[in-house]
Amino acid sequence: MTTVILNRRNLLAAGGAVLATGASGLLLPARAEGLAPTPSMPGGANNYRKGAPTVERIGKGGFWMTGTVRRAGDGAPLAGQRVHIWAHTTEGQEHEPQSHGATLTDTNGAFRLEMPQIIPIFGQPHGHLAYDSGEFKTVFLRPVMRSAKDTSLEAHFVLQPA
Amino acid sequence: MRSARTVLIWTALAAAVGVPLAAAAASPLLVWRGPVYILAGFAGIFALGLVLVQPLLIGGYLPGLSAYRGRRAHHWIGGALVVAVVIHVGGLWITSPPDMMDALLFASPTPFSPWGVIAMWAIFTVATIAALRRRLGLRARTWRIVHVPLAIVIVAGSVVHGMLIEGTMETMSKAALCALVLAATIKLMADLRARRKRA
Repeated sequence: MTTVILNRRNLLAAGGAVLATGASGLLLPARAEGLAPTPSMPGGANNYRKGAPTVERIGKGGFWMTGTVRRAGDGAPLAGQRVHIWAHTTEGQEHEPQSHGATLTDTNGAFRLEMPQIIPIFGQPHGHLAYDSGEFKTVFLRPVMRSAKDTSLEAHFVLQPA
Repeated sequence: MRSARTVLIWTALAAAVGVPLAAAAASPLLVWRGPVYILAGFAGIFALGLVLVQPLLIGGYLPGLSAYRGRRAHHWIGGALVVAVVIHVGGLWITSPPDMMDALLFASPTPFSPWGVIAMWAIFTVATIAALRRRLGLRARTWRIVHVPLAIVIVAGSVVHGMLIEGTMETMSKAALCALVLAATIKLMADLRARRKRA
């Protein structure tokens, strides 16, 4: 059994610890102002095909993939960035070329690409996105739809220099 | 009276396994899946049905089967379960190798995958030891100490795996089948304990 002995040394140590936690708590938000980069998600790169064409729309459309691309640190929107999108849809499986396409972000760092309806695959209705242009570090995302009936899905990138 | 009860129990079992299979066969998702993926999915549903039959056979809950024949059937169905799981995993591997690789390495983003993989290894372990049981000279008691915990892992793993998946199985028939698997296992565990106390 441990007995807690209250003496001056313990009190000082404990007080110091509390003070340190409190102080770092006050200091941390200032550092958190720097927007952290998005890490790649597990399984995000599955069935990735390098060099998907930039397209107006994937297949016949009907489903919207939207999102933003920002810079780590200051969070500035990144315009003209290429985002590669693929999924298992009503028009093809994940690995098939017709299921892949890319689009560019606008001046606000936003992108939206119409694609066929995403279908649950491997137990979850999900999409895949990649930033793979090289200027920033490559990131693979794998967002999951709340419901298989959803007709849109969004994903957001915060990139750090390569 | 007795034959009516027999018919009722066997019909209920056929429905418990057959209805989820039929409901999955009517799934709109099948249109967008290839034959290998479809086969892999149905092998998984079929395996879940076999997991229901196993405790029923050992508990002697299926009328018309002697304890000996029930045990023999349990062995054969155990083998069929291994085959079904191999088709399930193999078919999914062919459908999407990176997703299956993630699942087997416990690196998958899907929460249901580790449950299925753990249940798979428990099934393979039981089947291997069962096949070598005589050669290893395992006594009945030792065998039970090995098999019962693994059986619980198989049941729990399969049920959680199945329930978390959004796939071709229809929700209600899937939940009913999973509930029956759990109920049959809990009943068997209680009866085995009671039998051991009496002995």
